[in-house]
Amino acid sequence: MDDPFALLFPTAAATLRVATPLILAAMGGLFSERSGIIDVGLEGKMLMAAFFAAAVAAVTHSAWWGVAAAIAAAEVMALLHGLACITYRGNQVVSGVAINIIAAGLTIVWGNAWFQRGGQTPALDARSERLLPLFFPNAGDNILVYAALLSVPLTWWIVSRTRFGLRLRAVGEVPLAVDTAGISVPWLRYRAVLICGLFTGLAGAYIAIAQNAGFSRDMTAGQGFIALAAVIFGKWRPFPALGACLMFGLLDAVAIRLQGVRVPGVGEVPVQLIQALPYLLTVFLLAGFIGRAVAPKAIGQPYEKEH
Amino acid sequence: MRNPRRPLPAWADIVLLPLINIALAFVTVSIIVRINGVDPFHALRLLVVGALGSPESIGYTLYYATNFIFTGLAVAVAFHGGLFNIGGEGQAYIGGLGCGLAILALDRYLPAWAMIPIAILAAALFGAAWAAVPAWLQAWRGSHIVITTIMFNFVAAALMVYLMVNVLIAPGSMTPQSRNFEPSSFLPAMQGNALNLSLGLALVCCLAVWIFLWRTPWGYALRTMGHNPEAAVYAGTDLRRMTMVAMGISGGLAGFVGVNELMGVHHRIVLDFPAGYGFAGIAVALMGRNHPLGIALAALLFGILQQGGAELAFEIPTITREMVVVIQGLVILFSGALVQLPRPWLQMLFALRRPS
Repeated sequence: MDDPFALLFPTAAATLRVATPLILAAMGGLFSERSGIIDVGLEGKMLMAAFFAAAVAAVTHSAWWGVAAAIAAAEVMALLHGLACITYRGNQVVSGVAINIIAAGLTIVWGNAWFQRGGQTPALDARSERLLPLFFPNAGDNILVYAALLSVPLTWWIVSRTRFGLRLRAVGEVPLAVDTAGISVPWLRYRAVLICGLFTGLAGAYIAIAQNAGFSRDMTAGQGFIALAAVIFGKWRPFPALGACLMFGLLDAVAIRLQGVRVPGVGEVPVQLIQALPYLLTVFLLAGFIGRAVAPKAIGQPYEKEH
Repeated sequence: MRNPRRPLPAWADIVLLPLINIALAFVTVSIIVRINGVDPFHALRLLVVGALGSPESIGYTLYYATNFIFTGLAVAVAFHGGLFNIGGEGQAYIGGLGCGLAILALDRYLPAWAMIPIAILAAALFGAAWAAVPAWLQAWRGSHIVITTIMFNFVAAALMVYLMVNVLIAPGSMTPQSRNFEPSSFLPAMQGNALNLSLGLALVCCLAVWIFLWRTPWGYALRTMGHNPEAAVYAGTDLRRMTMVAMGISGGLAGFVGVNELMGVHHRIVLDFPAGYGFAGIAVALMGRNHPLGIALAALLFGILQQGGAELAFEIPTITREMVVVIQGLVILFSGALVQLPRPWLQMLFALRRPS
């Protein structure tokens, strides 16, 4: 390897580039899960948002309309999840799986019907249709990267320092107590799910029109699940979740650099092992081998007022 | 305005409600098809003809249905034990690896009558082992099986890519696939078609699962665990062991997808052969109401959609094969997550008919 300092900046930039959608989606997932709604559907919402971001940006020639469309698309999916989980008290995991599968299919069905490119959207023009770096042209530091970094203290502040946050945490632990206090459980949870939609919308937009120049099939490629893993790895708290996202981002950046490189004393590290590490680490954490992750108590349980 | 919530009659709960849910899914699909500028009834006719119009297409339909039966049963068995196994995708993948490894090791030495059972057994064992790890983690370490099985899908995919690219790749091959199997491992198949003897295995599995769940003490204990874990403990069931049994059977069933795909069709180990069957199994189990007979029927329907959808995509360029994926997702949504959606309306209708 060459000069370590020459590697530091590109590696840090690459880490941040990869971590940005993870951070955004993880903060969204955190709101949802803290309110007691499991969100396995982060992936599907991001994918849907990515598709609409690219499709609308290509048609309107405006990156901002793309971002708006991405948020709208993710919110529709989030509302669907809310309808199933909150209003109709359905199984939250089933709903999340359904959202993922619907998004995987629908983005290609519509993409093909509208653009006739086998599910891809037209390549986006760099000047107006994409989000561009603000300060460092080579680092890819577009506005959503900063938004992601800001979203973490914001999430921390909302969840742990505001009245809404207190109620949000309460509704994820003991919804009955919140209900007894005269606060609507469904309305609180719907707000949490909608905030999640907003964040996953931004994450999807980032992937399609900032990181890449257009949509291609299954382009989220499991990042929604890595974000979910980061939420769990961060024990449902914003800053530890950010740490997990950065670690997973670093792993990814390192995986690309380590391809075919022999590490002294270890030999060649399989890239696939590094790619599987976020999942493996989460499994180890959940199993209590490295610390203990305790989920919100009421997570996954629909709340029934009548009882 | 709130109607008195009277429970629905049993037949409405068991037959009518699921049918309405599926109908809602298909209405949504036809709206999407309509948006794409295609007449839904024309599309439906093409789809049915494409799936059932000739012996060849029926063969493919049944071949797809075979995979759906395996993964549907896998989800159902775990579900009866109160466990949600979303890891069918990974278990199918590793099951295929198991059967492939057994064949690569032995196919030059064993005749078909020995090779085929060993390979099938290996698929079940590998699939079961891959499911047993999340089961063990849930039973002994208290980690949530849904999250662990999701994570294991990705781990399985990474492991398979590593093995195929670095270890099992055929010498001189550019694409990551193993050497061809010897014919001794081939399952008898329909001439020039993908349909093979795995369908028989799938039907045997249906019967076996039914007998296991409803006619054996273990099945009874498993269902008790699913309905009321405390009652199961009181009745002397070891919940940890039962969790392992349920997930082991579930994973083994999912592993049989590898038998259908690798021993029946590809005749070598390839990448990505589970192709979403593991997730579709959730839809099949939900639609079949977790009963083997229902699962067989739901699997047939999904087989028709898969084969007919491919033909449809061929006929109408604005519709792609992924339409089938959308339908699967909508079925999961409407007959899984939104299963209570039509209930208040139905209750209202029934209340109108028989005023109390």
